[in-house]
Amino acid sequence: MSKNIFRISPGFEDIMPDEYKELVESGPYGKDLGVSDMGTFKELLEEHPLCAGCGLALSLRLILASLPNPEDTVIVGSTGCSALAFPQVAVHNIHSLFGNQNAVASGLKRALKLRFPDKVKDVVVIAGDGATADIGLDMVMQSWFRSESITTIMLDNEAYANTGGQESGMTQQGAVMNMAPKGKNFPKISLPEIAREAGCSYVASISPAQPKRLEKMVRRAILTAREVGPSYVQIFSPCPTNYKFKPQETVSRIKQHQKEGHYQTKEYINTAAQEYLASIEEGKKNE
Amino acid sequence: MLESKYQVLTGPEGYLPPAAASKGVTLPDEGLALVEGTIVPEKDAIEKIAEKILQAKNPFFFPGPLLLWDWKEGVAQKAALVKKLAEVAGIKIIPMPDYRPKYPMINPDIEINPNHPNLTIWHNKIDLCLFIGVHCHYANVALKIIRGGTDCYTIALCGEAGHEDAMISLRDVGLAQLEALIEAVTRLKGVANS
Ligand SMILES: Cc1ncc(C[n+]2csc(CCOP(=O)(O)OP(=O)(O)O)c2C)c(N)n1
Ligand code: SF4
Repeated sequence: MSKNIFRISPGFEDIMPDEYKELVESGPYGKDLGVSDMGTFKELLEEHPLCAGCGLALSLRLILASLPNPEDTVIVGSTGCSALAFPQVAVHNIHSLFGNQNAVASGLKRALKLRFPDKVKDVVVIAGDGATADIGLDMVMQSWFRSESITTIMLDNEAYANTGGQESGMTQQGAVMNMAPKGKNFPKISLPEIAREAGCSYVASISPAQPKRLEKMVRRAILTAREVGPSYVQIFSPCPTNYKFKPQETVSRIKQHQKEGHYQTKEYINTAAQEYLASIEEGKKNE
Repeated sequence: MLESKYQVLTGPEGYLPPAAASKGVTLPDEGLALVEGTIVPEKDAIEKIAEKILQAKNPFFFPGPLLLWDWKEGVAQKAALVKKLAEVAGIKIIPMPDYRPKYPMINPDIEINPNHPNLTIWHNKIDLCLFIGVHCHYANVALKIIRGGTDCYTIALCGEAGHEDAMISLRDVGLAQLEALIEAVTRLKGVANS
């Protein structure tokens, strides 16, 4: 994408709303910024409408700050809470029908390859656990089987939050929610393992309580999808509204779950991706 | 060519005004324009736009992203002419920098939300608006909403093939058309003042 798209036409500077002027003056585009620069550049999210303390909002901000190439990235979302924040994101994004996100992303990536053969265009799916592990699982797995060059990121709040709190395949066994009053009968699915078996070259699970590792994993996943094969990142993003905890407790709750072993930070990289990532990460060190 | 009797007039036409295209209004060929659903020569439409602007109590430009952002060659010149036309004709400007549905946080004094253009029109009591630099699909949606819920007169200065749902629609608007509009407004103003 031409960065001129972030230059205001002469004469219109005074009538542009402040948020756009700020975006032009201190946006992230073309600057190779990351999670540790957060606060020094214009945030990608503008007055998002998610609940206070929402784990998805926190994860989303970190993901956006980790994109290696935001101006040439298209995010494909799905119906759910995170979809409410996407319209506020200053990165190209598409809202797809609930569960269809990986099919849409596959087509988009192929079209971008044909349309811009000499450019790097990253396609990143960001969707909830219901969209990824339940209703969209068919499309998600088929995109992995076909080895589509896309990154799938699941914002795992262990619930269908946007429809009032039903259990999903990712809900922990025994969890009680508004619309699962008797507690869930089955254990949480291990989607990272499924992703690995289904052909992903890079798989990780992480939480926003570890922002630098999250950044590294999101970058690795996107770079792997560019050159090697599909990638998957699962991010634990609890929902204070449906799980009924205080908004300020989100991060401590994540840490507690990790300590108790309910949610583990993991990374799987296949040999081809290892070689590729080593070559670029080595190159960066030598710069 | 199918000749439509349907007149694209100011609303309010109710919650779901018919798309003018579904009533048989067709887009004009090159060199032609639409005035209230009828195909006329471009220069007649330019004359009519100038008249309408000068008659309006509170005319506004709604420039979209294709004009507000200096994204390709030629945009800056077009932007300069739009500013000039606004000054000559006394047209105020509310920008539409992108199409994010910012409801309910939109401030209608500062920017226009294409999904709720009627809010901006009601709030500012706008009786004539000119769309320019708005991507076609968003212009279509916004123009229809305006016709559905307000009595604002809409004019589309389109860089492509025009819009059936605007009361007046020019196509292929470039520097020449904007200069002709400035000329027409200046001339008609002179006549009115003499
Ligand atoms: C095809 C379709 N089926 C069902 C729905 C209803 N629906 C909307 S959001 C949602 C749940 C989303 O859950 P998840 O993907 O986990 O995202 P979250 O809201 O938790 O972020 C459902 C079932 C829909 N909008 N479209
Ligand atoms: S319901 Fe939960 S997941 Fe949805 S916005 Fe609120 S806190 Fe976030």
